[in-house]
Amino acid sequence: MARGARLRRPFSIKRQPGFTAIALFCFFALYAPIIVLVVYSFNSGNSIAVWEGFSWRWYRSAWENDLVIEAATRSLIIALCASLAATTLATMAALGTTRTRPYRGLTVVYALINQPLMVPEIVTGVALLIFFALIKVATGYTGLLYLITAHTAFCIPFAYLPIRARLEGMDLALETAAADLYATPWRAFRRVTLPLLWPGIMAGGVLAFVISLDDVVITELVKSAGQETLPTYMLGQLRRVITPEINAISSVLLAISVLIVSVFFAFSRKGD
Amino acid sequence: MRDGGGTTKGIAVRGVSKVFDAAAAAVRALDDVSVTIHENEFFTLLGPSGCGKTTLLRLIAGFESPSAGEILLDGAPLAHLPPFRRPVNTVFQNYALFPHMSVMENVAFGLEMLGKPKREIEKTVNDMLRLVRMEELRDRATNKISGGQQQRVALARALAPRPKVLLLDEPLSALDLKLRKEMQIELKRLQKDTGITFVFVTHDQEEALTMSDRVAVMSQGKILQVGSPREIYEHPAKRFVADFIGETNYLEAEIVASGHGQAQIRLSSGAQIAASLPEGGRLTGKVTVVVRPEHASLTLDAAKATFSGRLENIVYFGTDTHYHVRLADGSLFTVRMQNARGHEETDRINAEVGVILAENAAQVLRD
Ligand SMILES: Nc1ncnc2c1ncn2[C@@H]1O[C@H](COP(=O)(O)OP(=O)(O)OP(=O)(O)O)[C@@H](O)[C@H]1O
Ligand SMILES: [Mg+2]
Repeated sequence: MARGARLRRPFSIKRQPGFTAIALFCFFALYAPIIVLVVYSFNSGNSIAVWEGFSWRWYRSAWENDLVIEAATRSLIIALCASLAATTLATMAALGTTRTRPYRGLTVVYALINQPLMVPEIVTGVALLIFFALIKVATGYTGLLYLITAHTAFCIPFAYLPIRARLEGMDLALETAAADLYATPWRAFRRVTLPLLWPGIMAGGVLAFVISLDDVVITELVKSAGQETLPTYMLGQLRRVITPEINAISSVLLAISVLIVSVFFAFSRKGD
Repeated sequence: MRDGGGTTKGIAVRGVSKVFDAAAAAVRALDDVSVTIHENEFFTLLGPSGCGKTTLLRLIAGFESPSAGEILLDGAPLAHLPPFRRPVNTVFQNYALFPHMSVMENVAFGLEMLGKPKREIEKTVNDMLRLVRMEELRDRATNKISGGQQQRVALARALAPRPKVLLLDEPLSALDLKLRKEMQIELKRLQKDTGITFVFVTHDQEEALTMSDRVAVMSQGKILQVGSPREIYEHPAKRFVADFIGETNYLEAEIVASGHGQAQIRLSSGAQIAASLPEGGRLTGKVTVVVRPEHASLTLDAAKATFSGRLENIVYFGTDTHYHVRLADGSLFTVRMQNARGHEETDRINAEVGVILAENAAQVLRD
């Protein structure tokens, strides 16, 4: 009996030899460095490798460091503007690509929208660097708009994908029903499409925000002098003295990302 | 018939065709359909899957526009009106309730879009919820109520703005038999109470016959016959109509004489009987005649029989019994007789029996 039962058991990856070991290794590789990073952010000494006792010292030091606060503020501004713009554009793009009859060349449109997912980031960065340099020379403008534009562009696909997924799962009959009940196209959109799309838009926005907050390569290439964001500031610091202040900043960044993503998950769970 | 008048109240569909340009081939979903639906009428579109019922509703509601022809409401063309300007509401086949709104908000939606004052909306919504007996569940989410309840909410939502015409696309098809019967009665009551024109789609012939003032039988994008349930059932004009609705016997016959919608026909057995002619156009020569099984009876008295055959099979159904009689030309003829108390089972299989046709039982078909 027991043998027969075992033979009839379906294939399961969990019962393959070494599964547990590989899984444990993966988790270790993923989380051990982060745990070490967070632990040493509380080190009272100057070393990021020798533990000397618990303290909030480096958090205070980072908080009192004007450069850090300035870079963090800039990061937040860019992420906020870029994710808002990207989400708006992505919503329109998603509506444009799903609320039409499939036409030839639609796959090309998908590819165009999702370009940032395929073109290597460094290539985009270099291209933007050169392109913006031309504009800077021509206009003399050196403000934050370059960074916001660049971030918006590469955030669009991240905002687009969840919104499109949501739209495709949506019953078109609902919009028809709204039109049947005297809703003009705009009011049907406001009262039916948008509320139902909202979880997708939130997901897209959060994703775009986190992606923007976290970007190094394109930012490093596009930024004008003195326009450090938190990640590029940290990169710059790493090239000089390394103190647990970096750990503290990283931990805060990590905490913010985790917080945003959890809040979003809680929100989207409720939406369904 | 009040067909064709531009000033009649109700819906006039005139020569409407609808061609869908699918990728490979064009689909002719409606083919030169003309029909008039009167005000306050319970009008049913009956036909098999894919015959174009939903397409006709969508054209009336304005979700599609006709490839040819026009649709008038109370004498005025609808062509230039988008769906949200037409005084027409729909109960969708899958209900299409707004999942992010409560029962009450769903019912209020149309009134809000029409910009009615708050108090009026509140009152109408309450009336509607009472009408469909959903007052207790007014604050429920629409995905947390049963299929029958969803159906009633969809009905209330479509009725609340008091449309001139209510389109119902197989609204009962998802319900179990008992609920379905209840809803049939309720729908009929609602139509009477509100006086709204109902255009009801179904592929269930019994539903069509019991509920409708008039029925249009459709097949392959065409309306084959329009008439009261009795006309459709007792005087089908075409083979498809006779076949689609109820059980039928077909007899080959020849027209001997005709006039005033009546004809003398000679059956292949040689017997001459009277038969009704279908409307329109003259018919001569060989025709097919239909006889409903309950319009015939059996006899052992050969002198009374219209024709005779060999009793091949007896099927007992409780309220009635079906007798299958093999005729001389090889075809099978079914007779249905009610079972009565004390009426002993005397018929024997393989006996030679006579068939008597009731008066006016034979109907000549156009095809
Ligand atoms: N948008 C469309 N594009 C292409 N063909 C369509 C479209 N809508 C309907 N058709 C075709 O038109 C014909 C009639 O469809 P319709 O939906 O009106 O049938 P129906 O009578 O409502 O059938 P059912 O009882 O199955 O609902 C079908 O052959 C269908 O495939
Ligand atoms: Mg249909």
